[in-house]
Amino acid sequence: MPDVHLPTTLTPLFAGLPRRLDVEGATVLEAIDRLEEQWPGLRDRLVAEGPALRPHIHVYVDKERVDLDGRLEPRSRMDVIAAISGG
Amino acid sequence: MARTLVLVGTRKGAFVLESDGDRRDWALRGPYCEGWPVYHAIWDSGSGTIYAAAASEWHGSAIWRSGDLGESWEMSSEGLSYGDDEGRKVSKVSTLATAGSRLLVGVEAPGIFESRDGGETFSLVSTLSGQPGSEAWDDPANQPPGHLGISGFVTDGGDAERFFAVVQGVGAFETTDGGSSWTPRNRGLRRDWPAEHEEVGFCVHKLVRSPSDGQRMYQQNHVGMHRSDDEGRSWHEITEGLPSDFGFAAAAHPHDRESFYVIPLDAGHGRIMPEGKATVWRTSDAGSSWRPLRQGLPQEGAHLGVLRQGMAIDSYETPGLYFGTSTGQVFASPDEGETWTMIADYLPAISSVDVAMVD
Repeated sequence: MPDVHLPTTLTPLFAGLPRRLDVEGATVLEAIDRLEEQWPGLRDRLVAEGPALRPHIHVYVDKERVDLDGRLEPRSRMDVIAAISGG
Repeated sequence: MARTLVLVGTRKGAFVLESDGDRRDWALRGPYCEGWPVYHAIWDSGSGTIYAAAASEWHGSAIWRSGDLGESWEMSSEGLSYGDDEGRKVSKVSTLATAGSRLLVGVEAPGIFESRDGGETFSLVSTLSGQPGSEAWDDPANQPPGHLGISGFVTDGGDAERFFAVVQGVGAFETTDGGSSWTPRNRGLRRDWPAEHEEVGFCVHKLVRSPSDGQRMYQQNHVGMHRSDDEGRSWHEITEGLPSDFGFAAAAHPHDRESFYVIPLDAGHGRIMPEGKATVWRTSDAGSSWRPLRQGLPQEGAHLGVLRQGMAIDSYETPGLYFGTSTGQVFASPDEGETWTMIADYLPAISSVDVAMVD
């Protein structure tokens, strides 16, 4: 299963959500939707209307920046980054 | 013993200042809401809940709630969306109010959502579509700085179906059917710019109603202080005697329909208190005259700004006034504004102040 890494801004919002976990899914959106099943409300913290990734949320799969339709392989590493913004 | 809580929304989370009924000694706790920018934190006396409208740069908008006076918090945005097909986006939750058991949420792009289950889920009430010019409200080029969308509510304590909503840079609107239909309530307001529509195109910064007389309303406008004696159907200007016609914050005295407080600001880019003197102004005759309240407030080098949700008043027999600044100070007066004390400093920039009286 893909190895998903989440930002530190996200984990305090959901009880028991770890920084790193294995998640089923063939695309980024599928993996996020799988997380949503266990932590309701999580999708809305990463995905805006459209659906589209929120403007300052970046996702990398195996070090390549992708969008919600980015493909995941069983051994992929998916990094969700809260990009530097604000102040 | 009575507890008095001042709820402070800041750019880095919500804070709570707590005192007793005397309102002399205060203790600060926070930050709450994981440091999200909080645009408006309010007290719902009906349910004993604190609600905070917050919008994270990273994680979007949500309403935080606490049922234990701020000790623990939950957050939800379920239903707080225009959906994937509309093209409109909720960029920010700007303001909150309660109307009966409903929690009203004002958002940008301009729209009103409600929660009927205490902030767990939300649904769209209205975008005020059909009002003159509303088709252009979503265009960022047409929006005033701040991009607040719906910037304030005034609710009717006795009738949950009847309330006012302010669209930033457009004007005030009233509904009497819970949000299904709307009527502009801007007649008589000053407007120093050309506009296409007679009834809309006004810049209402803060709208308040006298708790002791629902017909009596006041507003701090972009251009002038105004009063209404007929529940917003007509307005006339009462700026004379104030040092500026510009400001954001305003509060109505809970027991005296003639008394009202404002914080005038320089109208240019600065938008800070004139001459570096922190001052709240009070009228006790419905705007015929104004008196500065300065005792205890800094009178030298105090270049303070206060935003539209930045002042609150409690409803003790002798009401207390509170305001928070964009440089992180909170000032409080336990005696209707006659004397003041700084009760917090070094907070993040303050967006909102509300007050709760708890038995």
